[in-house]
Amino acid sequence: MMNRLDTVKRGEAVARPASIAVNDLTVTYPNGFTAVRDASFELGPGSICALVGVNGSGKSTVFKAIMGFVTPTAGQVRLCGLPVEKAISQNIVAYVPQSEDVDWNFPVLVEDVVMMGRYGHMNFLRIPSKKDRLKVDEALERVNMSAYRKRQIGELSGGQKKRVFLARALAQEGRIILLDEPFTGIDVTTETAIINLLRDLREAGHLMLVSTHNLGSVPDFCDQVVLLNRTVLAAGPTASTFTQENLERTFGGVLRNFELGGHALHEDDDARRINVITDDERPLVFYGVKSRKKKNAKKQDAKKKTAKNQDADQ
Amino acid sequence: MDPIGFFSEPFAYDFMQRALGMSLLVGAVCAVLSCYLVLKGWSLMGDAISHAVLPGIVIAFVLGIPLAVGAFAAGLACALLTGYLKYNSRVKEDTVMGIVFSGMFGFGLVLFTKVETDQHLNHILFGNVLGVTTADLIETAIIAGGTLLVVLAKRRDLLLYCFDPNHARAIGLPVNVLHYGLLVLLSLTIVSSIKAVGIILVIAMLIAPGATAYLLTDRFERMLLIAVLVACSASVLGTFISFHIDGATGACIVLVQAFFFLLVFLFSPKHGLLRLRELRDQPGMPAGTIPGPAEPLPALSGRTDGALQQVVDQGGRPADQHHAIEGRHGAE
Ligand SMILES: Nc1ncnc2c1ncn2[C@@H]1O[C@H](COP(=O)(O)OP(=O)(O)OP(=O)(O)O)[C@@H](O)[C@H]1O
Ligand SMILES: [Mg+2]
Repeated sequence: MMNRLDTVKRGEAVARPASIAVNDLTVTYPNGFTAVRDASFELGPGSICALVGVNGSGKSTVFKAIMGFVTPTAGQVRLCGLPVEKAISQNIVAYVPQSEDVDWNFPVLVEDVVMMGRYGHMNFLRIPSKKDRLKVDEALERVNMSAYRKRQIGELSGGQKKRVFLARALAQEGRIILLDEPFTGIDVTTETAIINLLRDLREAGHLMLVSTHNLGSVPDFCDQVVLLNRTVLAAGPTASTFTQENLERTFGGVLRNFELGGHALHEDDDARRINVITDDERPLVFYGVKSRKKKNAKKQDAKKKTAKNQDADQ
Repeated sequence: MDPIGFFSEPFAYDFMQRALGMSLLVGAVCAVLSCYLVLKGWSLMGDAISHAVLPGIVIAFVLGIPLAVGAFAAGLACALLTGYLKYNSRVKEDTVMGIVFSGMFGFGLVLFTKVETDQHLNHILFGNVLGVTTADLIETAIIAGGTLLVVLAKRRDLLLYCFDPNHARAIGLPVNVLHYGLLVLLSLTIVSSIKAVGIILVIAMLIAPGATAYLLTDRFERMLLIAVLVACSASVLGTFISFHIDGATGACIVLVQAFFFLLVFLFSPKHGLLRLRELRDQPGMPAGTIPGPAEPLPALSGRTDGALQQVVDQGGRPADQHHAIEGRHGAE
């Protein structure tokens, strides 16, 4: 089915820099509910963008529209300058949905599932090459699942299943990678490993859109942010967009916001306060713990911190 | 009767050789398709298409075109009509299918009684593998062989489509082609099997081998292989048994397949009933090894004095916050 013309076209698409352009996107579900209205944002190559918003703000809907799984009622999406359908058929987009809806009793092993990510790179008969096997090994290694590669896919824990599908998307090597809440149910070690991988991919010019409720890690690895609440409230570089003000607009009263400071926190008279903002996860905050590390350093760099970051620090 | 005679005696007859060839061909192609049907949950689809071919056969006879063509067209029409009705109503697929295929089957029966044909209804319904001609054999070999070739070449794409159609779409596979392709292949398989086992019994051939293999392995490629082996053994055994007991061949093959399934259902090393029983009845861990409740953590001094009092909860549920914080402490 893949003739020479196809291959040429594919080469052309790979040569194009990764980009996502969402223009006045409106999605109305068949039941009449408009989940997203007039949403617009643009992203370019070599970037990790966070998609942030409350439950029901339309994050997954945006992903589905980008994948062409729901048809926009108005507006359009272009990927690498191409219409969605064309971009998808050229295998330039990898997507990990929020939850996998598959038959877990299927007779496929973990490594088989990850190999499925490589099909678009294989010949007509889908016979894996050395490179395909290498990419699968690499992807499994990245998500710390190598030890489980011979397990049947249903014989895994929830987080492990999630990691396998993440590995599949990584093995696919799309120029555009969409991850819908990849870190829910994932432990910190794996999360760090995946974030490092995303950083590497960013270096290589890939474009990643990642939805998350884990606000603390956003400034950590995302250079762009899109704040969503049934439309785009703000979009742009993290430093200028991911501000307390914008977050409060995005989350309304739902945010949890802790302010710590003063003599309870430290002995000196530093007037600055630590502000802990969190979305759905409750931060783990220790008080009055005997200092283990340089207390001062912590005080200075930690403006926003969540449970996970703090975990990682200790 | 000695075991050699059991097999060699029937071989003396030409019609038995043809019957054997036919049932092996049909067994193999049905076995491969059965793996997909079992995994995709399309068992009823197989049943529906096979029943729905009846009016196609009769109409083809009236029009004087090859019966296989009419059967194929009717089978496919059933599949497409089911899809269309399901898409355009809130009724579930299996319900729609039940209505469509029983309607078409009924229509076929009515037509059959109104039209003078040289066909025996019994042969269409239950097959007549002992009566196949060399031409029949060649026709089946072409249809079944072609189908087998396509399915095996595209087995990985078809598997991915069955397992995770969304991902198939995401990596740019033509999902619609795969969907309708599988339906076409299924219809072709059924058409090629009618002479051997008939439209009533073909569903057994389209389910049993796959189901049997599914209980034996967790790898798809092996599942395919096992299904084909199971089906071919059943074809050989069934054909010979029917010769010796002078019974209906299709029925004998189906019976042997069902027997194989039963054996595997009971004795499969990983998924068999006995194995599951064994696992369930295993004595639990000795009481001492079960971890007791976690030791309470030593109280954290200074937890309540200091910064905690300064927590400002703009979310508006202070009590909850304290709980959350304390809860995490406890779980540490
Ligand atoms: N298939 C559907 N039909 C109708 N409404 C839907 C459908 N899917 C989602 N919705 C609605 O659209 C809105 C946005 O849903 P979406 O799944 O995009 O939210 P989200 O931002 O991903 O939320 P979460 O953080 O919970 O994942 C929700 O209010 C939801 O109820
Ligand atoms: Mg979502």
